[in-house]
Amino acid sequence: MKLLNYTTSYFAAILLVLLGIWAVIFYLEMLDEIYDSLDDGLDNQKMLVINRAKSDPEIIQRLNFEDGSYTIRPISNKLAMNFRDSYRDTLMYMQNEKDYEPVRLLETVFKKDDEFYKLKIITSMVEEDDLIEDLLFSLVLLYVGLILSIVLLNNLILKKIWNPFYGLLQQLKNFRLEKDQEINTVSSNIEEFNLLNTRIEQMLEKSVSSYNSQKQFIENAAHELQTPLAISINKLELLVENEDLNDQQIELVASVLNNLEGLTRMNNSLLLLSKIENQQFPDEREVIINDLIKELKRDYEDLAAHKSMEINIESTSVLKHTMNRGLAKILLSNLLKNAIVHGQKESAIEILISENSFSISNSSNQASLDSDKIFSRFQKNSGSKNSNGIGLAIAQTIAKKYNLQLKYFYSDKHNFQLNFPK
Amino acid sequence: MKILIIEDELDMLQNMKDFLEKENFVVETADSVYEAQNKIGVYSYDCILLDINLKDGSGFSLLEDLKKNNIEDGVIIVSARNSLDDKLEGLNLGADDYLAKPFHMSELNARVKAVLRRRQFKGNNKITIGNLSIDLDEHEVSIDEKPLNLNRKEFEILLFFTSNQNRLVNKSALAEHVWGDHIDQADSFEFIYSQIKNLRKKLKAADADIEIKAVYGIGYKLVER
Repeated sequence: MKLLNYTTSYFAAILLVLLGIWAVIFYLEMLDEIYDSLDDGLDNQKMLVINRAKSDPEIIQRLNFEDGSYTIRPISNKLAMNFRDSYRDTLMYMQNEKDYEPVRLLETVFKKDDEFYKLKIITSMVEEDDLIEDLLFSLVLLYVGLILSIVLLNNLILKKIWNPFYGLLQQLKNFRLEKDQEINTVSSNIEEFNLLNTRIEQMLEKSVSSYNSQKQFIENAAHELQTPLAISINKLELLVENEDLNDQQIELVASVLNNLEGLTRMNNSLLLLSKIENQQFPDEREVIINDLIKELKRDYEDLAAHKSMEINIESTSVLKHTMNRGLAKILLSNLLKNAIVHGQKESAIEILISENSFSISNSSNQASLDSDKIFSRFQKNSGSKNSNGIGLAIAQTIAKKYNLQLKYFYSDKHNFQLNFPK
Repeated sequence: MKILIIEDELDMLQNMKDFLEKENFVVETADSVYEAQNKIGVYSYDCILLDINLKDGSGFSLLEDLKKNNIEDGVIIVSARNSLDDKLEGLNLGADDYLAKPFHMSELNARVKAVLRRRQFKGNNKITIGNLSIDLDEHEVSIDEKPLNLNRKEFEILLFFTSNQNRLVNKSALAEHVWGDHIDQADSFEFIYSQIKNLRKKLKAADADIEIKAVYGIGYKLVER
């Protein structure tokens, strides 16, 4: 959840509770006030009616409400003595609403010419359900209004305040150590943000410099190793031509030679990796993947035939991408080589080219591989002693360089898929 | 045949010298541009092996001088800088071939011989060993005048061996020469073995005077019977 929405959701919850409590208190207070003023009105009317009854005997026998709002009927003295004024709510049939509606009723007793009369006065009341409904409606309106203004405020003010933070975040999101980018921080007058900026700058500077020196080290080391390796191999080749050597000695030399050659291959691979990472392959042009893979198929046919494997290419569309041709070749040939070397004898390698993806699959008696580790350097899976475990790391490095997505997945077969950007 | 090696890595220089001398070439060496200029000015060579990074200058300038002075020596650039730019520049300046370090001696041998052949037997480009004859222009092999049917890879293997006759050819040198870099990490030994086996069978069936011998653990050797 985004920071802005997060605070808004908290506000929304708090407001809901606050407004709820406020609404209950407000409702009760208002109702109390209404009753108070209704009862005052009834009191006043009581006085008027009693006064009028004293002068106008006609109303003394008014048993029903009819068009008026009161009734008067005589009661016994005994009852009258114990009577106290009472206000209460009751229901009465209303002609206009054609329904029973709540009314406020005042019952009182007065004395005229030594006779006691009971007086009932009514006045129409607020309809509580209507009141609640109205109140609720206004409350919802208020709530929505408040939330809207909070969202608006958040977006206008908070966004402005958090702007340096989001700017930094965006840059960090796109930051890639190997791409030699810079992070431009915006200075702000908020202390925390400035601290964050300087810390991030320092950390990045440190990572970039150690990354570069590591890269440089690998390249230099690999470069420096090349000549002594070549010299050693050549000297051994000369030595082994010596007629005086017996079989056992030749075997020893052969083993040293094999190891040195393995070292040379690994060294070449490391050198290649450094070169790719150091952007030493500038010459980029459009490469047609379909044609390239056909060419590679021819190069590897002997090797595949040796394992009685078949390479099937199926393309549904022409796939092109702008990249260095040499690197494209290395990328695809590493995938193809991987499929041949690790594939099962007498099986088929299926290559599928669609509009924006290239996939290659091979069957093998090995179970699914760990897709997280498979592209790391020196990750060996099979016992193949001539594989140094760098081939897929190189493929991944090339793929990343050209924003291609190289994925591994297992579904009966081992699949490597290259997704090209649309 | 006279060969000049210009190289400032002395161990490397010695290796090349030792190897080529076994092929009965007359080998001279220079370890700087200055020394090389002196030698080139005085003698003529059939082939010059030229390193690009020399301590007192670039091999490219030496190459330019050669061409300016119309010196027709064959030149193979031998450089640690395995980059396409170097290769293109060298070939544009008139070098005959480019060999990236590190390399196998048998590869160097094959390249040197190819350059020498191209320069000396213009038109009539044939290798003969006993009853075996290889026509390099037509890519045809015959034994006792009868054509021997080889596929492209087998032809290249045989040619590589004939360039390194009686020399020990390392398996990986052979693999790199014939299949390029592709094969390097595949389980190549078994693969090469089966290719050689086929070639041997064909040679034997045609009763060739040559034989490809296996040297345990290292590679093969082509010898005349």
